[in-house]
Amino acid sequence: MIITALAASTPPVIPNYGGPPGGKHGCIAQNGTFCWDWVKGHWGDILQPRLLEHLELTAIAVGIGFAIAFAAALLAHRKRWFETPFGAFSAFLYTIPSLALFQLLVPFTGLTMLTIEIGLVGYTLLILFRNILAGLRGVPEEVLEAAQGMGLTRLQVLLRVELPLALPAISAGIRIAVVTTISLATVAAYITPLGLGQPIFNGLQTDFTTEFVATGALAVALAICADSALVAAQWAFTPWVRARRAT
Amino acid sequence: MGVYAVGARAEGDVILGYDSFRPSTFVDAFRFMYENPGLMWSKTVEHLVISGEAMGIALLIAIPLGIWLGHLHRGSFLAINLANIGRALPSLAVIAIGLGVFGIGTTNVAVALVILAFPLMLTNTYVGVDSLDPDPIEAARGMGMRPYQIVLKIELPLALPLIFAGIKTAAVYVVATATLGGVVGGGGLGDIIVNQASYFLKGVIAASIAVAALAFAASFAFGLLQWAVTPRGLRRRVEMIEPDVSTGVGEAAVT
Repeated sequence: MIITALAASTPPVIPNYGGPPGGKHGCIAQNGTFCWDWVKGHWGDILQPRLLEHLELTAIAVGIGFAIAFAAALLAHRKRWFETPFGAFSAFLYTIPSLALFQLLVPFTGLTMLTIEIGLVGYTLLILFRNILAGLRGVPEEVLEAAQGMGLTRLQVLLRVELPLALPAISAGIRIAVVTTISLATVAAYITPLGLGQPIFNGLQTDFTTEFVATGALAVALAICADSALVAAQWAFTPWVRARRAT
Repeated sequence: MGVYAVGARAEGDVILGYDSFRPSTFVDAFRFMYENPGLMWSKTVEHLVISGEAMGIALLIAIPLGIWLGHLHRGSFLAINLANIGRALPSLAVIAIGLGVFGIGTTNVAVALVILAFPLMLTNTYVGVDSLDPDPIEAARGMGMRPYQIVLKIELPLALPLIFAGIKTAAVYVVATATLGGVVGGGGLGDIIVNQASYFLKGVIAASIAVAALAFAASFAFGLLQWAVTPRGLRRRVEMIEPDVSTGVGEAAVT
């Protein structure tokens, strides 16, 4: 009844084909908290490319960070004096707030992906270095002596005994590094518009709620999925840990 | 909410358009603190208030719940998995979602900080109480202690090292993450860090030093509190890095 009354009293509405999906009084036009129409409409051109960029940023950062931390941990494992300087250096990097670190790098590396990656790699070092070193140090003395008694060379001991036994600690470190990097990579978009942080900051800047809420939810989902996937990988690659637990 | 660094999109720009970096910038940062005591003080107080609110609320929920679940040896699935999810949550994303739900202001930052701190405390408390040596607890039961006496006089004091390890990790994490409040108008030292246009790099560095110092101070303060509430017989040398089950490594937090 009300609808007919309104239709009678107001002039016919000319459809606006350029307007947001959902119409003039729809969720997007009203800047609702979460508009499914926007997510559907921009999955292809905003959310999915940013998600892939985010994965790329994370993979590169953890990959390079792992290579550096692994080399440093091996060195610290052989030469004990190296632990303190590298540990202190990585702990120092870790205490710098990320919003500030990315800004401090800009004068040197510009508003580029390199700036983001240097920052992200720096933050992974402490986590990975500590975990890899803890894993290598956690190998029981008797096992090492047995391996030496069997005539294994130092390299063979490392590859066949120490690294497999350190794998649970190393993969725990990778897991923490990955979720930390996913979190920090969203902050990094403050400097260079890459990854899922870009729609978040863009939404904040333009005051369009759905953009930062939906992208935030996507980032949370990505982090939880990545964490679960790494747990599954850890479970698959360390069958001996499972066997020990079962007995 | 013009918080996005102006000019941040111009590829190859030297800096966000405002300031360049010289080695003397670090000296300038300390001069900035000295020349703007009012600003630094008010932003530090804001930072402490919002971190303190979040820590207080998270403590009040997580510690009793963790002790209760640990005492009953129930809910290990919940307690352990909450920590994993809590550690994985991207802080900026949580703050962004909170902004959509609660609107602009300090509420959404405080709620986000509670959500991020709660799992760290719950898991450490739960594991601390759940994994205690059963002998003293059985002895206490044999002596006729009531359950609440066992919780307060036996389990709580013995679990204090792990409980405080969780609290300290959470405190550092909360203080560091509160910086992101600057992005959503939540106040605190983050306001300076995201406003290079007004305060220049020296101000950004000054505020960063203040955040790092606050995080260390928070951890140290909870260390003192731990020492104060631990019964004399259980006090031991305070270790620099406490074992923390939620992170695997004793560590500070960056955000």
